[in-house]
Amino acid sequence: MTTATLEVRSAGPLVSIQDAGRPGHVRHGVPGGGPMDRLAFAVANAVLRNAPDAAGIEVSVGGLSVRCVDAPITVAVCGGGFAVEIDGAPQSAWCVRTLHPGERLSVRPGPWGSWAYLAVAGSLRSPRWLGSASTHTVSGFGGGLVETGMHLVIDDARSSRDADGEIDVPAGGRPAERARVVLGPQAHRFDPTVVERFLDGVYRATAAFDRMGVRLDGPSLQLGEVLSIPSEAILRGAVQVAGDGVATVLLADHQTTGGYPKIATVIGADVDRIAQLRPGEPVRFVPVSPEQAVAASREWAAVAEATLQAARRPGRTLEQRLRQQNLVDGLVSTTEVDGDE
Amino acid sequence: MTAAAVRIVPVADRAVLVEFDGEADDERAALVSAFDRRVRAAGPAGVLEVVPAYVNALVLFDPLRTDHAAVAEAVRPLVDERDEVEATLRHHVVPVVYGGDAGPDLLAVAEATGLSAEEVVAAHTSVEHRVVMFGFAPGAAYLSGVDASIRIPRKPAPVRDVPAGSVIIAGSQCLVMTVTMPTGWWVIGRSTIPMLATGAGGSFDVDVGDRIRFDAVVDRGLDAPEDGSS
Repeated sequence: MTTATLEVRSAGPLVSIQDAGRPGHVRHGVPGGGPMDRLAFAVANAVLRNAPDAAGIEVSVGGLSVRCVDAPITVAVCGGGFAVEIDGAPQSAWCVRTLHPGERLSVRPGPWGSWAYLAVAGSLRSPRWLGSASTHTVSGFGGGLVETGMHLVIDDARSSRDADGEIDVPAGGRPAERARVVLGPQAHRFDPTVVERFLDGVYRATAAFDRMGVRLDGPSLQLGEVLSIPSEAILRGAVQVAGDGVATVLLADHQTTGGYPKIATVIGADVDRIAQLRPGEPVRFVPVSPEQAVAASREWAAVAEATLQAARRPGRTLEQRLRQQNLVDGLVSTTEVDGDE
Repeated sequence: MTAAAVRIVPVADRAVLVEFDGEADDERAALVSAFDRRVRAAGPAGVLEVVPAYVNALVLFDPLRTDHAAVAEAVRPLVDERDEVEATLRHHVVPVVYGGDAGPDLLAVAEATGLSAEEVVAAHTSVEHRVVMFGFAPGAAYLSGVDASIRIPRKPAPVRDVPAGSVIIAGSQCLVMTVTMPTGWWVIGRSTIPMLATGAGGSFDVDVGDRIRFDAVVDRGLDAPEDGSS
């Protein structure tokens, strides 16, 4: 079996090892964690035919640059609209490429998106905590932050140009302009006019964000008489309001309990779309019933599964590569190329 | 005995919050703890986790397998009066070095309460605390039952970089920190054993409903904080 190494030439803040996360320990104060954009992470592993929970690198807007050291390795980049380059040559934001010794890959913020994923065809060596390589940034437990000078070692490394090519950005990969919420559990602590303001208003992501959450700019949300509640469990996607009237959306590494009132909770299908907002980008909150929220989750799961199946389909990216090279232009019909359905 | 008064509140697409009414905080915590045990023992279809807290428990479920109505229906019968006997009650003893560098606020607590430092330590070590919930950081147990003589409100502003292992108090609550973090609670000592396993597998020896008593020990060269070593 081959071992490949990527030398980290530069890594900005909040670049970390992530896998699918560590559910099941919320009662002990451990958030599920995992990728800030779970769909993008899943697509990156799917196109490489990795297991869905294979560890990879989450790239923040701090950016990442790596050099392939000794053995070729196929990698995938997915998530947001980042600027991806190999030895200075621009690649598509979502792509599969095979790196050869000496080649340098860089992933830097592009026109949109706050989180990208670098998946590797193979098994990324990483410390684990509670069975997962995901990095819990608050404690540092798990795989850990990726820093300049580190060497990332991949066991059972695979390299094959058959999969190389562009990946279509799925609709679900875009940042949210509208995020569906179920009001509460403390919506009743806010005056009805304040709840209206929350639903009517335009909020914008700010630069005050990390893996725990993102503060929003927008219409102030005054609390009623009580500024805090007894600490209780909170979900990823909760919109908590502090005494200053500022709303924060909780994300992957959120504290599992808190004493701030929550005016609403973003549904699972839309949380990661908020994480992908860049500072200043707007979002509006749309109320849905709990029943509608469950229906939306089921619909989202079906769409995500279809996206992943398309990503895993053999020869898919080969087809695109052939199209780019115009070899099949006018020679083969689309239905023939799409093959087994 | 009358059934516990509850509200079951839907949260987003994947949880219900079961809220308990009651008079005293300890009574509500006991109701939550008993409910938590019953739900986990029953294992309703689609329920993933239960997260107990002071006055409520969040029941998380998989929206692909079930929904709010089904989960509410499954857990409502499990809301009942507190167990007559709390099964598998576990007791833990945590050795602590009080005062000095390990507990920089011990003297401030003594001054605020009119007790001597020794009396503060005695008050803290004489009581059996109850684990109410975990939060704030992985493995960080919120303990209730701090002796009335040493209850003071938290500081006006948090202090940064309080080491993991620190034993901190505010009001009726006590917590042993598991990660170096800021806190506005009073730092009266430091535990000499790690409260959180940080190795690859990891497990949690302490759970909600357990009892914890603290034991004053002599400082045997306690220097580096117990954070991260498994």
